Amino acid sequence: MNRIDQRFAALKEQGRTALIPYITAGDPSPDYTVTYMHALVEAGADIIELGIPFSDPMADGPVIQKACERALKYNTRLSHIFGMVREFRRQDSETPVVLMGYLNPIERLGYQAFAEQAAESGVDGVLVVDMPPEEADEIAPLFKEHRLQSIFLVAPTTSEARAATICAHGEGYLYYVSLKGVTGAATLDVEAVDRQLDVLRKLTGLPLCVGFGIRDGASAAAVGKVADGVIVGSALVSRIAEGCERPDSVAEELKEVLGEMRQALDA
Amino acid sequence: MTKFSDLTRLPDSRGHFGPYGGRFVSETLSFALEELEKTYQSLRDDPDFQAEFDYDLAHYVGRPSPLYHAERWSSHLGGAQIWLKREDLNHTGAHKVNNTIGQALLAKKGGKPRVIAETGAGQHGVATATVAARLGLKCDIYMGAEDVERQKLNVYRMHLLGANVIPVESGSRTLKDAMNEALRDWVTNVDDTFYIIGTVAGPHPYPMLVRDFNAVVGREARRQSLEQIGRLPDALIACVGGGSNAMGLFYPFVEDDDVLMYGVEAGGDGVETGRHAAPLTANAPRGVLHGNRTYLMSDEGGQIADTHSISAGLDYPGVGPEHALWKDVGRVQYVAANDDKVLEAFRELTRMEGIMPALESAHALAHAKVLAPTMRPDQHIVVNLSGRGDKDILTVAKIDGVNF
Repeated sequence: MNRIDQRFAALKEQGRTALIPYITAGDPSPDYTVTYMHALVEAGADIIELGIPFSDPMADGPVIQKACERALKYNTRLSHIFGMVREFRRQDSETPVVLMGYLNPIERLGYQAFAEQAAESGVDGVLVVDMPPEEADEIAPLFKEHRLQSIFLVAPTTSEARAATICAHGEGYLYYVSLKGVTGAATLDVEAVDRQLDVLRKLTGLPLCVGFGIRDGASAAAVGKVADGVIVGSALVSRIAEGCERPDSVAEELKEVLGEMRQALDA
Repeated sequence: MTKFSDLTRLPDSRGHFGPYGGRFVSETLSFALEELEKTYQSLRDDPDFQAEFDYDLAHYVGRPSPLYHAERWSSHLGGAQIWLKREDLNHTGAHKVNNTIGQALLAKKGGKPRVIAETGAGQHGVATATVAARLGLKCDIYMGAEDVERQKLNVYRMHLLGANVIPVESGSRTLKDAMNEALRDWVTNVDDTFYIIGTVAGPHPYPMLVRDFNAVVGREARRQSLEQIGRLPDALIACVGGGSNAMGLFYPFVEDDDVLMYGVEAGGDGVETGRHAAPLTANAPRGVLHGNRTYLMSDEGGQIADTHSISAGLDYPGVGPEHALWKDVGRVQYVAANDDKVLEAFRELTRMEGIMPALESAHALAHAKVLAPTMRPDQHIVVNLSGRGDKDILTVAKIDGVNF
């Protein structure tokens, strides 16, 4: 069984909600990514989403855009990111790692090489923001062959017909984008999210995780009541941004921010 | 059946032109694109919609635009006869308005009260602001901060038309960054906003519908050639950034195997220097940006490369997916014109014909200067004069060391 499925099976048994932090690989420099990943696990992360920096992150707000810029100053690319996951795996063989990013860096490396190297380094799943299932027919078989799970987004604007297609192709979990807009945007309406998750539950048995708009313990707990997992990105990445002159001390701050969410979810 | 007749059946149902095109967008936009595709499919063959479009083109834009025989310049170059398709004479001064008229009609049918657009040189922004003013739509235009600087006149035109111009400070502060920002806006405001994309790029169905709205250029040029030359031209030339004016001119000639076509990209300082915006000429690798797969200038890690061109409108690292396919199948030859040759052509046409071309269109003219002397005087070239050069006067003055 894939690490992601294992983790959700265990969480279900314990009646707990998954906590899924996102950080951009190489932010603020490649030296810190693995340290931060371990810190996130210590604070209660169930799965780590590791962002592949991209020069033109069209679906992201300014917080993640700037994270990409910091990472790209060090020319962080996929070969380095696989190295980070490999290093992370030396100490942690259990926490699932999902790579999240845009298609062009993957396309440039080559689908075959990407799938091989990602799997070999210990990656468990891949979420390509600008690749809906309709465009994934070339890469999906390669992911399957290498036991990488394809994770897809569902949005408030997704029609039921599309949702059915996405559910049929999705593995691991569904990433429900809780609001229209880019990452790091405004607040979210938990009741609306709840209604839409109900629709999705009729279509799939996949765990439903909610991202966009979760910034603290309270919002995490509110979403945690209706979802199988909560995803938190910009709230963590803005801590990394504030601390980019003193990156050593940021690991502790990340633990605090995520720890508060963990407590709120488990309360 | 002709050698290239299959090309007019594209894109396929998923928006692909062979390996190119597609709909590579984040999920939030999928619904809006499906909706747009449905709206367009239902209207493209609707006689009422076509009649409304044609009426606006005739009475608001001033079509048909003339096909002008540049006799003096032709004899100066000493070869083929050069005919200019005068898109510079359209209302707002470029071909861009053909497409914004069409998309504004779609916005109106879809009941969207707000339109947004990206712009490079500002021509598409002006054309969008113009149709928005006419229809009473709220209008926000995203423009790279560097382009805001080098195209001040167009920025002020947009202000006068009631549009809000938003300078984009991220990335290379040019056209691609404006498009990123427009996409971010659309993701956020997809319920009440129509995104008027200005070129034959972006996610399906944009490359198709921008092509269809601009194809009026080629249909007219084909008819005018038969009337004025007495036969089809031997060659067509148009500049290619995203490629909308070239697509508009070329598309109705695609099945005319004997008509050669040349797409002229921005060579900047020279393709060999790396400082250019010529992904097709430079054989850039395949990549995905702004919703479609195409030839795309990026580094080995897949990060989008900085581009360079004297003309803001061609300063883009990708190119429309249909052009990518046409390169592969050999229907169109793609070449580049460097900044210095472009300026030379700009000055020459202005002095010899009294027509001041946009710097974008001067790329096509620069290639005409290369091609015409290799041909006989009884041969004919149609060059798309896609826009007028008034907007570029400050840029050229600066090069001449003149400050106002």
